[in-house]
Amino acid sequence: MLAKRIIPCLDVKDGRVVKGVNFVNLRDAGDPVELAALYDREGADELVFLDISASVEGRATMIEVVRQTAGEIAIPFTVGGGISTPEDMKRILRAGADKIGINTAAVNNPQLILEGARHFGSQCIVLAMDAKYNEAWGEWEVYTHGGRKPTGIRALTWAKEAERLGAGEILLTSMDADGTKDGFDLKLTAAVCDLLSIPVIASGGAGRIEHFYDVFTEGKADAGLAATIFHYKEIAIHDLKADLKQRGVEIR
Amino acid sequence: MAVAIVDYGMGNLHSVSKAVERLGYTSLVTADAAAILAADSVILPGVGAFGDAMEHLRESGMDVVVRAAAEAGQPVLGICLGMQLLFSSSEEHGEHKGLELLPGSVVRFAPRDGYKVPHMGWNKLSFLQPESPLLKGLTEGHVYFVHSYHALAAADSDLLAVTDYGHPVTAVVGRGNVYGMQFHPEKSGELGIQLLGNFLQLQAQQA
Repeated sequence: MLAKRIIPCLDVKDGRVVKGVNFVNLRDAGDPVELAALYDREGADELVFLDISASVEGRATMIEVVRQTAGEIAIPFTVGGGISTPEDMKRILRAGADKIGINTAAVNNPQLILEGARHFGSQCIVLAMDAKYNEAWGEWEVYTHGGRKPTGIRALTWAKEAERLGAGEILLTSMDADGTKDGFDLKLTAAVCDLLSIPVIASGGAGRIEHFYDVFTEGKADAGLAATIFHYKEIAIHDLKADLKQRGVEIR
Repeated sequence: MAVAIVDYGMGNLHSVSKAVERLGYTSLVTADAAAILAADSVILPGVGAFGDAMEHLRESGMDVVVRAAAEAGQPVLGICLGMQLLFSSSEEHGEHKGLELLPGSVVRFAPRDGYKVPHMGWNKLSFLQPESPLLKGLTEGHVYFVHSYHALAAADSDLLAVTDYGHPVTAVVGRGNVYGMQFHPEKSGELGIQLLGNFLQLQAQQA
């Protein structure tokens, strides 16, 4: 029986953590390597780095962050952001990442999933998807470009297609829930989990410990991802895992 | 104390090498036969397909070197695919011969409801031989697995720990100085590092 995973997400720009980091016990709270090592010690099961650098230099810096992180932590980690070719994937994996997250590039060119899976194995390819409820359709729509651009693609259709092409995992962000702290989008998460046989990481909306319990039970997710609540220590990973374990959730 | 990490073009060796160094040993990522045979212990990593890996091992002559290291009594540890390569054969994309250091075969997970393939994520170890030098002093816990094929050890005495994935799955094996871990100790948090540490200690005991 696999344990449910707790995954902090770090937004990195030009080699620095940019979003909501408020740690008093770090020498340098903006250093992604140090923050990653801290999360490893606190019991995170996996990490996601999202590179939001816009420049070539920023992306080159990210490779160095990946290399250093791989040497510092003893848990798997995924790197996403700006990856659009198998060569990009190779560079990141070579530097020591375990998995690659692709989002907009995969929507533009679904073959990227296929190529990535063929070269590096499905277990390396995480399809990240931003979904928002479309009232007119009565179901969820895929957005790209960091949630700015609606695609006209149905989220459930895209998830199924990504699995068929060889994605090993789906990182599913609910744009409706993201930032609300009112809990994960359980309907969306359960709909995707029911449809697929690959693991689903739920993202967006976590504010309290119960939200993780809900997404692992009612939402059927394999993993729960969050950023600010961990960065600001609103929830300590250790407390979260102890609570889930007590409620009978399989936890490392 | 030098630990040779066999480099035969399969997978990323950086994490394993760093984990070894964090434990206080010198790590040497190498395909040099003399360096491997002179090392205090040998790690055979591996990610990818069994057949490709055996081909790379044969082409680089590393198959002979790893077998020689095992026969000379150097502690040898296969990790993930590296563990599977220690066995006699695999059915991954055709029938392939392995290094034949451990009797048994590698087979694909049979599809079962509720058990996704690959078996990927944190699963709990059950120690069958807690007194084994590799498991001694450790507490059963979760480690990180990523694999679609699993090993069937022909000898129960070689099976040190299993994990449950609908059925018992080979997780840690050992025979004499030859050991294997199906999961990634370098990605398995504190328990993984402890397991790796126990393996690296073997060299000191033998020296």
